[in-house]
Amino acid sequence: MSILVDRETRVICQGFTGRQGTFHSEQAIAYGTNLVGGVTPGKGGQRHLDLPVFDTVAQAVSDAGAQASMIYVPAAFAADAICEAADAGIELVVCITEGIPVQDMIRVKQYLGQTAARLIGPNCPGIITPDACKIGIMPGYIHQRGRVGIVSRSGTLTYEAVKQTSDLGLGQSTCIGIGGDPIQGMDFVDCLRLFAEDPETEGVLMVGEIGGDAEERAARYIRESFAKPVAAYIAGSTAPPGRRMGHAGAIIAGGQGTAQQKIAALRDAGAEIAASPAELGAAMARALA
Amino acid sequence: MNLHEFQAKALFRSAGIPVPPAELVTRIGDAREAWPRLESASALVKAQVHSGGRGKAGGVVHVTGPAEAEAAVARLLGTRLVTGQSGPEGLPVDQVLIEPAAAIAREFYFGMLVDRARASVAMVVSAEGGMDIETLARERPEAVVTMQIHPVTGVMPFHGRRVAQVLGLTAEPARAVAKLVRDAHRLFQSSDAQLLEINPLVLTADDRLLALDGKLVIDDSAAYRQREIFGLRDARQRHEAEERAQEHDLNYIRLDGNIGCMVNGAGLAMATMDLIQHHGGQPANFLDVGGGTTVERVTEAFKLILSDTAVRAVLVNIFGGIVRCDLIAEGIIAAIREVHVEVPVIVRLEGTNADAGRAALAASGLDILAAADLDRAARAAVEAAA
Repeated sequence: MSILVDRETRVICQGFTGRQGTFHSEQAIAYGTNLVGGVTPGKGGQRHLDLPVFDTVAQAVSDAGAQASMIYVPAAFAADAICEAADAGIELVVCITEGIPVQDMIRVKQYLGQTAARLIGPNCPGIITPDACKIGIMPGYIHQRGRVGIVSRSGTLTYEAVKQTSDLGLGQSTCIGIGGDPIQGMDFVDCLRLFAEDPETEGVLMVGEIGGDAEERAARYIRESFAKPVAAYIAGSTAPPGRRMGHAGAIIAGGQGTAQQKIAALRDAGAEIAASPAELGAAMARALA
Repeated sequence: MNLHEFQAKALFRSAGIPVPPAELVTRIGDAREAWPRLESASALVKAQVHSGGRGKAGGVVHVTGPAEAEAAVARLLGTRLVTGQSGPEGLPVDQVLIEPAAAIAREFYFGMLVDRARASVAMVVSAEGGMDIETLARERPEAVVTMQIHPVTGVMPFHGRRVAQVLGLTAEPARAVAKLVRDAHRLFQSSDAQLLEINPLVLTADDRLLALDGKLVIDDSAAYRQREIFGLRDARQRHEAEERAQEHDLNYIRLDGNIGCMVNGAGLAMATMDLIQHHGGQPANFLDVGGGTTVERVTEAFKLILSDTAVRAVLVNIFGGIVRCDLIAEGIIAAIREVHVEVPVIVRLEGTNADAGRAALAASGLDILAAADLDRAARAAVEAAA
């Protein structure tokens, strides 16, 4: 078992014939992802990477049975691409694109509320179930199928969490990078709810960062309803207030969103706190012990 | 992107939000010439810098005639204003705004911002304006009222009625504030704002509303469709190195420590800073070199890091991901040769072909320590900088 994606998941790529879309589609196929085609408006009917190209997502759903989509279109067109996927009945939309205007995401969130689609991202590494399905830009080889669910707001810091849990032999059930933007699709709580139901996931490693209150909300959910062991790390203890640390969402504003508040909330909820990014795997191992 | 007060107010004015008449002055002599146009016995001379807390820092001066105005302008122009938020170096005062002093009956707070958790726009108002809204929200939360503006409905009539009630306005001022809510929201949306703040919004002695201060922060991601507003960018209000970083698509923030950091990924970059502190050191900067770790980017990143003379060691932390580490190592070596790095460089490389990358670094003959893991790399950097 795993959450959201497995070997059977029928995946398409939006922005399929572009440079990014092509590269990461090749990587996904090489990893064993069940990629069934892609969408590039105006190029429908062609073949790319030996797979069909469709003009619309709706066509990819009806002709190729697409269930999940990975989006690599430029930021100016990404809101449209997400909504098109949701409208076509795609169950899981993974948007890798960085730099989507916040006001676009406000509208996208409202639109998604009217559909059954789940969104991961934007500005995220994607989702992977090791040895089964890779949707995103993460390096596949560091993953190892196993016991830990990983959910993270960061990209390369997620890889750090993956590598450390692999090195310790814990492995991962499913890893989700929820992204570093202020307005995003699935949040920590959404992912934790799914991990709670997954028998393969024995514990969850959560990697948060400064800004917003998603970690505090996760802490509340963990305290009230999450029974599995949780380890957590929050990046940005040394970040100065008022400065945006790379990610649009990573900013301490008005005294809110500090690492210290988030760590305290998670510790109160019973999570094992990793004191440094070099101890992500060790903290998870302690939580599982 | 931050805008200056005078730029925000110009946008307010064109959106229909009432602002005082004002004169922007960039040369000392212009103050005297501008005075008669203010048609007022007294005025405020306001330094235009990207920072709050200007009043406390002496950046807002009350004057009662052209000679005083000129003296205040002379005192502010060309200096650096150090506020509670600006850092010790302060911010350059290249422009001052002169505004007639308003006869104020009451002061309010009015703001709009993106509400992340609800994915909507939140409007924040308080009948107690003038002071720092964050302090007010902490000390007297009941004095701050927040309302949601749904993206589909936009501003509805009830929003206006409620704001008028919270601010204690009736009759004509109540109608004026309802219009202000609509105008502000339209501007917020059309300019891709992340924050719009009027503090204080005042009711004058003759019952008019006026935006006495104005703050507007625009979403950087919207630069491609807000060209006109982004043309207002004042590069001098940012640290020179940070501005140069932006030109090269690097994310760099100068900090107070002495260990330079170069990392790929924002989260890992923050975590690397934390790890340095965890081992007793102080990071000199935040720097995310992004995904494409090319020779050009790494070279430019080294230049930025070393432009800070406090740097005693550089820690490079790259999780290679899909890019091969031996290629990244070559890039680092070429960059160090080109930039003539004279402080110790500690490199932690992880990912595809990491062993080959570490071997290349060790064989380069340069002062590079290829650390085997993250923890050891951070310790070595702290030791080297001590």
